[in-house]
Amino acid sequence: MNGYPHRHLLGIESLQPSEITAILDTAESLREILDRPIKKVPALRGKTVVNLFYEPSTRTRASFEVAEKVLSADSLSIAASTSSAQKGETLLDTAKNLEAMNPDMIVLRHSASGAPHFLARHCRAAIVNAGDGAHEHPTQALLDALTLRQRKKRLEGLRVAIVGDLLHSRVARSNVWLLSKMGAKVVLCAPPTLVPPGIDALAPVTYRIDEAVEGADAVMMLRIQHERMTGGYYPSDREYHLRFGLTEARVKRAKKDVLILHPGPMNRGVEIASEVADGPYSVILDQVTNGVAVRMAVLLLLLGGGGES
Amino acid sequence: MGAASAKSVEGAVPAGFRVRRELMDAERLSRALSRIAHQIVERRRDAEGLVLVGVRTRGVPLARRLARLVAEAGAPPPPVGALDITLYRDDLTTVASQPVLRRTEIPVSIDGRTVVLVDDVLYTGRTVRAALDEIIDFGRPARIKLAALIDRGHRELPICPDYVGQTITTTRDESVQVLVKEEDGHDRVLLLEKEPARRPAKGKPRRRA
Amino acid sequence: MSRVLLKGGRVIDPAQRLDATRDVLLEDGVVAQVAAKLSARGADVISAKGLVVCPGFIDLHVHLREPGREDKETIATGTRAAAAGGFTAVCAMPNTDPVNDNSGITGFILQKARSEGVVRVYPIGAITRGSRGEELAEYGDLKESGCVAVSDDGRPVASARVMRRALEYARAFDLPVVDHCEEPALSERAAMNEGPVATLLGLRGAPAAAESIVVERDIQLAELTGGRLHVAHLSTAGAADAVRRGKARGVRVTAEATPHHLVLTDQVVKDSDYDTATKMNPPLRSEADLRAVREALRDGTIDAIATDHAPHTVDDKKVEYDQAAFGVVGLETAVSLCLDRLVGPGLLTLPQLVALLSSGPARALGLPGGTLATGAPADVTVLDLGRRRKVDPARFESKGRNTPFAGWTLKGAPVMTIVAGQVVWQERR
Repeated sequence: MNGYPHRHLLGIESLQPSEITAILDTAESLREILDRPIKKVPALRGKTVVNLFYEPSTRTRASFEVAEKVLSADSLSIAASTSSAQKGETLLDTAKNLEAMNPDMIVLRHSASGAPHFLARHCRAAIVNAGDGAHEHPTQALLDALTLRQRKKRLEGLRVAIVGDLLHSRVARSNVWLLSKMGAKVVLCAPPTLVPPGIDALAPVTYRIDEAVEGADAVMMLRIQHERMTGGYYPSDREYHLRFGLTEARVKRAKKDVLILHPGPMNRGVEIASEVADGPYSVILDQVTNGVAVRMAVLLLLLGGGGES
Repeated sequence: MGAASAKSVEGAVPAGFRVRRELMDAERLSRALSRIAHQIVERRRDAEGLVLVGVRTRGVPLARRLARLVAEAGAPPPPVGALDITLYRDDLTTVASQPVLRRTEIPVSIDGRTVVLVDDVLYTGRTVRAALDEIIDFGRPARIKLAALIDRGHRELPICPDYVGQTITTTRDESVQVLVKEEDGHDRVLLLEKEPARRPAKGKPRRRA
Repeated sequence: MSRVLLKGGRVIDPAQRLDATRDVLLEDGVVAQVAAKLSARGADVISAKGLVVCPGFIDLHVHLREPGREDKETIATGTRAAAAGGFTAVCAMPNTDPVNDNSGITGFILQKARSEGVVRVYPIGAITRGSRGEELAEYGDLKESGCVAVSDDGRPVASARVMRRALEYARAFDLPVVDHCEEPALSERAAMNEGPVATLLGLRGAPAAAESIVVERDIQLAELTGGRLHVAHLSTAGAADAVRRGKARGVRVTAEATPHHLVLTDQVVKDSDYDTATKMNPPLRSEADLRAVREALRDGTIDAIATDHAPHTVDDKKVEYDQAAFGVVGLETAVSLCLDRLVGPGLLTLPQLVALLSSGPARALGLPGGTLATGAPADVTVLDLGRRRKVDPARFESKGRNTPFAGWTLKGAPVMTIVAGQVVWQERR
């Protein structure tokens, strides 16, 4: 029974709902390992995984590393900003050099959309996309979905608002795909300058956050990505917070048991008020644990057993 | 048309196999479990601090039934856990399709206790080896014992059951299938054999098998 | 006295409104006569029965890369590619290294073309020194040494003031100004067309307006100055509309479009999974733009089909999409592509296509040829409409292998190319 028949995980867009469910169910079964006295199982003993991160990241990288170690895989992390990339070595050269060590999998985070697809074309290893440019961040969407499913017992029919910098956000795209495929109702909200053309074909867009969070089961706040913007998308942080920020007052328009998700790190006082970020609706810690579980599931489904499609 | 399978088992028989004979009906299965439960209770040392851990999938309902029977026989009702050994299998990388992973649940600490692993069929011993590795990652039990409903021989590792429902001799072409009410709708144990390759029917007189 | 007689072909010469079975006699490098049933003593007779005989095709927009980037292409390999694609003449863009902004480089290019080139090469000089967009180059010198137009192609002329001066000054030498129309402030760091496909792929896009804004600007400047404007690689509905209105007002504007902009949309970037062979500038556009450009082809708004042949090395393309160089080769696929995808489905008639590849380009930049009238250069392109070919980049004459059409099977192809009465290429059977 091949719950996940693909060789790589490059994005959510091409997945079937049954494949998404397979990953979430496997992650659910793996979570308890993190509560054991010995947090290790020998499932991926002898497998080598290389984490190749071209963008700075603490939590995603650490999450993958923990997942790899719990499954007893050999894990190697390369922060490409400190290595040969600075000397001008291309992504392809770096990957080929790594291939000589015969890794079973490369986990890639890169600022160029399509970089994982590029590696998948030229490398033998299984490729997992840990975030490519503004394109997709599939494991983030999966862990968000797992968190929602745990608390709400389902994904179908949930009303989820995704608010913030849609234009530069790979997390937004992956989440819109996943939630739509699983039958949730997604509403998008951003200032017009941060709405990418054509996104309304995937989900309805509103410029009014009050409208977006009305009756929502969950609100997903996106980070303002200062480092990706070339400027001038909105007049000031103050204006952004007043018109598009998630304040206590706005949260009250959502359902009483609304969940607030955030891919982190947060710009407190800009996209989200501090009181809301630290409040009872926040599920940030759950997201962290689920992140490890989801990544373990992905590793297991791609490397454990057959794997080849 | 198969050989001895007079009663339909409603598609439970795996492809390529047919039923050779029935090893246990519901009543015999029930008596086998009862006998095991009494044997456990008789060994006082085992009965105190007892934890029954069923090996998924069918070891789990068997473990639950044993727990009830042990309690009926007068010992304190033991806690029951479920063990999924998928992540500890030694044939993981040669499996053609991906294993279906289910949850492992050990509801109590096993330190200093007597763990009785419960499995439906004991064959090569590799499943039990994986279960031992996994249970030891959960703590340090005083002792681990093994209860199997059927022991069909052909051990590849030095593993012996402490409690057995029935020991039978089988060949490698055969297979033992345990069906339980909780999973399959009824209780039965069947001995299966590989279906012979079909011969063309045209003209030639059928040879007797 | 060298004589070549092409017998029995279907001769299509739009400049003379001719489409009939004729014999064509070439003598001493010019067309001597086109008539039914000619005979000529001592002539090499080539049977053109079942084939189509056209005035030699002219490609207004080719990057030959020499001097400076001979690793990507040379005048020798580029002109061989042109001949293999059925082209008898190419205009060489000046974004070489160094840029062709003076008579020295122009002279070098022409000398190389004479000694190693296989088809006619018409150099295009730069609009500004080094194509930096600031000071005008010396148009008098450029024209005298052989340039047929000026362009900063590869880059837009960002300053309206500089573009105005260029159009005005070029009038003195009757040089057309060829503009790569792009507003850099709207297209910065873009890797493809802005739109739903770019959104899904997470790639930064340049909106169609980045092109049409500058086309409008240039047309109004051409109107203001009375200069001659040629719009390079037109790719958007907005630009087509602007050119149409400009022509109606009597502005001296002409335009070209590339085969890839007539056949592909930005959807192919997604369908090909970020294949960098789909990356060029201007980028592949939307369905609506594609339809508008095709319509502009039909109603005469666009005067010529030009390939914007842009060869790159494998290394320049075998990187992440953002990092890949812009450009695709086109000389060896253009004619087959247009026959199979435009004429085949009835979007264009064959005479219309021949005009877009011969009389149209000749007229747009004032070049000799583009017709088989008596006295015209003996440049001929022979087509076989039934010939099927599979596009195989490994067998290109060009050094560049970067094409989005690899593996495509196309019906209709050039089978012989004649320049100045010499057969410079014919198909290997």
